[in-house]
Amino acid sequence: MLRIPCPWCGLRDETEFSYGGQAHVAYPAEPSTVDDDAWATYLFYRDNPKGWFAERWMHRAGCQRWFNVVRHTVTYEIAASYPPGASRPEPA
Amino acid sequence: MSEWQVTPRLPEHPDVLWAEAEPKASYDVVIVGAGGHGLATAYYLAKNHGITNVAVVERGWLAGGNMARNTTIIRSNYLWDESAGIYEHALKLWEGLEADLDCEVAFSQRGVLNLAHSLGDVREGRRRVNANQLNGVDAQWLTPDEVQKVAPILNISTDVRYPVLGGTFQPRAGIAKHDWVAWGYARAAHALGVDLIQGCEVTGVLRDGDRVVGVDTVRGPIRAGRVALAAAGHSSVVTSSLGLRLPLQSFPLQALVSELLEQVLDTVVMSNAVHVYVSQAHKGELVMGAGIDGYVGYGQRGSFPVIEHQMAAAIELFPIFARAHVLRTWGGIVDVSPDASPIVGLTPYAGLYVNCGWGTGGFKATPGIGWVFADTIANDRPHPLAEPFSLARFDSGALIDEHGAAAVAH
Ligand SMILES: Cc1cc2nc3c(=O)[nH]c(=O)nc-3n(C[C@H](O)[C@H](O)[C@H](O)COP(=O)(O)OP(=O)(O)OC[C@H]3O[C@@H](n4cnc5c(N)ncnc54)[C@H](O)[C@@H]3O)c2cc1C
Ligand SMILES: [Zn+2]
Repeated sequence: MLRIPCPWCGLRDETEFSYGGQAHVAYPAEPSTVDDDAWATYLFYRDNPKGWFAERWMHRAGCQRWFNVVRHTVTYEIAASYPPGASRPEPA
Repeated sequence: MSEWQVTPRLPEHPDVLWAEAEPKASYDVVIVGAGGHGLATAYYLAKNHGITNVAVVERGWLAGGNMARNTTIIRSNYLWDESAGIYEHALKLWEGLEADLDCEVAFSQRGVLNLAHSLGDVREGRRRVNANQLNGVDAQWLTPDEVQKVAPILNISTDVRYPVLGGTFQPRAGIAKHDWVAWGYARAAHALGVDLIQGCEVTGVLRDGDRVVGVDTVRGPIRAGRVALAAAGHSSVVTSSLGLRLPLQSFPLQALVSELLEQVLDTVVMSNAVHVYVSQAHKGELVMGAGIDGYVGYGQRGSFPVIEHQMAAAIELFPIFARAHVLRTWGGIVDVSPDASPIVGLTPYAGLYVNCGWGTGGFKATPGIGWVFADTIANDRPHPLAEPFSLARFDSGALIDEHGAAAVAH
């Protein structure tokens, strides 16, 4: 069981959360000018690292807010949890 | 009833089936990953195309990845024509595999039942049965009473949260003994001259401009005319050294077994809606699985809530399972693609071929994909059955959405 720190509610069980995949993937600023390649990248391509990963979570059974977490995809250790809009902190 | 149900038994443990090889300086083809897909690909390269200067390089031990961890469900009742093509090709090969490899693989065609629990499920199931029949894939729609005949211990009472409203049934589907399949392919490939190299992690892909010319490994570089990836959950890790991104996310997928029980279930039962699937292995243990864990991960262990959820579902469907005990649980890392269909074929690099994205359901494809991938590598163009599964479909938008047929189902 993961224990995930919600920036607003504190440490809670993983079953309270929904997963949102890679963080910091912005919707294209000028959608009408984007070519097929860039659309494919935006829609279908995500990082898949064996290591540190910045990802989105939503506290579904709590405050229902989205936030970001930096988590290690092998040890599952969580190095940081931060509100949307903030930039990604580097794990120590 | 198959022979396996009448006299449950396993073949004797075999003697050494292949010899360990030292990596040579170069090969015509290097295959990365000695799971079922890598081994089958090597076998058909040698057998169908006469290409025997081949190495299969494996990070751990032969077939210690998902090949050793899957729940061995084999079926071909997917929705779309493209999928019917590749999975039915595989199923036909399964039907002749013991004779071809000259070894037992305990392929037991005991049928697979996919339960429907809602009007939406019923419509999806009937539609899939029709699609299957049009594609020459055996499929039937069963009413709850007919479902009960196939699986008498199943609870079809209407007095549960998600009653059984019917189900699809594919009689030719079934299970096999996964490690025997891997060993059978390994032995046959080795006999044809293929080098099987364990403990040899690929750490990078060597290239000369836009052409791939070999791999870097923990045991030194190996040159290769062609490099074929069959690294399943670690495909993204392997291609990252080239800066080649794949539309994959890797997730842990778990399974578990009970202690050995008397034969109570003669078929495979899967339920997407209540999220569990069950079969009874040849020795007698109940084999159960469910969906992937909820987040990207490479830790080969599962998240506990997934186990809890699937057990609740299993007990609702099979009340007698409440008395069974869990003996072991484990996880494997599966490479999930955006449309729940595999990615097979050429890449932007000449001499580099990918086979990945099989996610939760690639065991059943083992003979078929080995055949088709070998042909793709040998001829440097996609085999017709692989063509729709190209990496390029994510740019063109020609997705093959099998979420309905693949969801929890493997
Ligand atoms: C719990 C579970 C249940 C499943 N149930 C089913 C089922 O019922 N039916 C079904 O059809 N499918 C099922 N699957 C999916 C199926 O197991 C996979 O799709 C299939 O095994 C993938 O092909 P493979 O056998 O070649 O993979 P693997 O056996 O995982 O082979 C990949 C190999 O590549 C090696 N490798 C990775 N990186 C490197 C590297 N850098 N260098 C060298 N080698 C490397 C790995 O060590 C591994 O041995 C299940 C999977 C799991 C985990
Ligand atoms: Zn919260």
